[in-house]
Amino acid sequence: MTAPEVTALGVAERLTSLVGALRAHGMRIGTGETVDAAQAVAALGLADRETLREGLAATLLHGTVQRQVFDPVFDLYFPSGIGAPDSGPADREELRERLAEALAAGDEALMARLAAEAVDGFGGYGSSPGSDGWSSQQTLDRLRPQTLFARVRDNLRAQGGTSGFTDRLLEDEIRRRIETFRRQVATEARRRVAERRDRDQLARRAVATTPDRLDFLYAGKLQLAELRRMVQPLARKLATRLAARRRRAARGSIDLRRTLRGSLSTGGVPVKPVLRRRRPVRPELVLLCDVSGSVSGFSDFTMLLVQALHDQFSKVRVFAFVNRLDEVTPLLEHGAADPQGLGARIQAEATLTGWHGSSDYGVALGEFAERYGAAVGPRTTVFVLGDARTNMSDPNLAAVRQIAERSRRVYWLNPEPRAQWGTGDSAAPEYAELVEMHECRNARQLGALITRLLPV
Amino acid sequence: MLFTSVDDVSERLAATGYLASPAVATTVFLADRLGKPLLVEGPAGVGKTELAKAVAEVAGARLVRLQCYEGVDESRALYEWNHAKQLLRISAGRDESWDETRTDIFSEEFLLTRPLLTAIRGDDPKVLLIDETDKADVEVEGLLLEVLSDFQVTVPELGTITATRRPFVVLTSNASRELSEALRRRCLFLHIGFPDEELEQRIVRLKVPGLDEALASSVVRVVGALRAMDLRKVPSVAETIDWARTLLALGADTLDETVVHDSLGVLLKHQDDVLKAAAKLDLDAV
Repeated sequence: MTAPEVTALGVAERLTSLVGALRAHGMRIGTGETVDAAQAVAALGLADRETLREGLAATLLHGTVQRQVFDPVFDLYFPSGIGAPDSGPADREELRERLAEALAAGDEALMARLAAEAVDGFGGYGSSPGSDGWSSQQTLDRLRPQTLFARVRDNLRAQGGTSGFTDRLLEDEIRRRIETFRRQVATEARRRVAERRDRDQLARRAVATTPDRLDFLYAGKLQLAELRRMVQPLARKLATRLAARRRRAARGSIDLRRTLRGSLSTGGVPVKPVLRRRRPVRPELVLLCDVSGSVSGFSDFTMLLVQALHDQFSKVRVFAFVNRLDEVTPLLEHGAADPQGLGARIQAEATLTGWHGSSDYGVALGEFAERYGAAVGPRTTVFVLGDARTNMSDPNLAAVRQIAERSRRVYWLNPEPRAQWGTGDSAAPEYAELVEMHECRNARQLGALITRLLPV
Repeated sequence: MLFTSVDDVSERLAATGYLASPAVATTVFLADRLGKPLLVEGPAGVGKTELAKAVAEVAGARLVRLQCYEGVDESRALYEWNHAKQLLRISAGRDESWDETRTDIFSEEFLLTRPLLTAIRGDDPKVLLIDETDKADVEVEGLLLEVLSDFQVTVPELGTITATRRPFVVLTSNASRELSEALRRRCLFLHIGFPDEELEQRIVRLKVPGLDEALASSVVRVVGALRAMDLRKVPSVAETIDWARTLLALGADTLDETVVHDSLGVLLKHQDDVLKAAAKLDLDAV
């Protein structure tokens, strides 16, 4: 633990800068919570770092997703140690040997100590102040923990610690432990860098944000997987909100004829107003999704979300396009949808491209109006998902106008920031004149838009 | 103060049969120390409600439970006047003046206390459990704000009732609706996730005492593997315990393909999950 260092810098100061860093990540933490956190520190003491971590998390956080930002930031402000580990310079083979043992035992505390040694021994680069630092990438490249996989597995099997049925679980378990070690190395490298550079700046930049604020356009593969895991909980939340809106919409307007009829029994005085009954008509939904490389992350996420919400609508039809358009509704059928492979399956099974591979909104929208015009009726709400970048071809505004006239509403969700609409080959302003266009850059915005825009 | 230290929390909860992770123990300790309500979130079946019961048992307190559901309102959560009894009282005292009757029928005798008011009145220790807070309507949250921040309730005819002894409050939520920021601010937040392997083994062995140690460890490892898969509904601690009980009832001493294949339905509740898990665990040969 770091008691001497913490007191040196002042716990209060450290706590407030931790709160500042969390606020920079979009968490709303009031002064009241900071005071609570300080009280928690006083009650818990500084003796045990993990207790302190849980205590601060309990007082400062308001939701589960915030935790994955909190943990790395906490590691920066309340580091597990200072400076280099006390052991001497590490020998690569010897370190790998010890790591293999730790992985076999699944001892995370030992793995963390080894991560510290590894960063110290292999992660340093540069020599002049200002350009030097610690790299987790370099550490992992030199140490290559993934190559220990076979050795750990064979060791464990030889020990007979695993047998029979559970043997098949072993490989995945080892892989997860190696993944844990990689994360520990990253944390350790960040901590060492923070000792040299400005801690506050590092906490803002080097810590990934919560998945609901991830920009769709810049999300990597891992982050997209994280987004996909959000689909089900988000859908459940949205379904509750939609149901609540539907209930509210059913209250309120008075059925005059039935109120007057009822008033006859009380001598013409309308004692009991009768409310108009709403016929439960579930709306229809049509989704037009650009699935070309640049925006496919956004489209996949939205398609899965709408599919998860399918019981809220009488009919959902989903069309995908790049420069040609095809219906993909059956690919999204409940149960059949394997979220990971969705993008690949759409590319494989639907005809989406003609002569070239870049997106062409004009041709695709024209094809929709022509071939699937019957899918759109007065009860249909159409959502178009895409960045409206037409690659300099004709935006085909007539087709959009035609779809807009025939449907109940058309909304366009654009994953690009509003400031970039109309730059380069973007036809966003032209389309925005015809249909309502909304900026939709992350899951949080999408959730808010869906609650507001989806018909009830 | 119920507890003296974080370790004290773990030990005493364990004595009642609730094995708490360090996060749970720390947060319960803080909730007690800071006198703040505890908001517990997490997947179904990880022991959110059990935590409140265990704390009540440790503290020797009465557990007052408010089960929230859609449409729960003031008269179900706070208090209600006993109209029938009031009418009887009025018709019984025919010769009294109105003033006498009025002061009489709005006395405590005719008050039906509901959980929130019950938890505040009286001097005995209480644990107030507000279960599935996310199921209640937004209006009820407003009601909770007054109760949880000042521990007082205003009854117009009687005046404001303030708690002489603050109850230990636990709110649980499955996050089917986002609770309001105002409510979250008044609470300590605790997310109970799935326990780590070692803790889950201890839980299984505590709850299913007849189970062989090696089998318990295999059970927990299989459940861990299932949780790592991308399933619609991953098995929770409650399912792990159910499965362990099932295996005990089936008289299985070790896991093999047939046993796992036949009892997978205890762990997984969707057919596509069962198919997927069977494929990944190589059970298809059976």
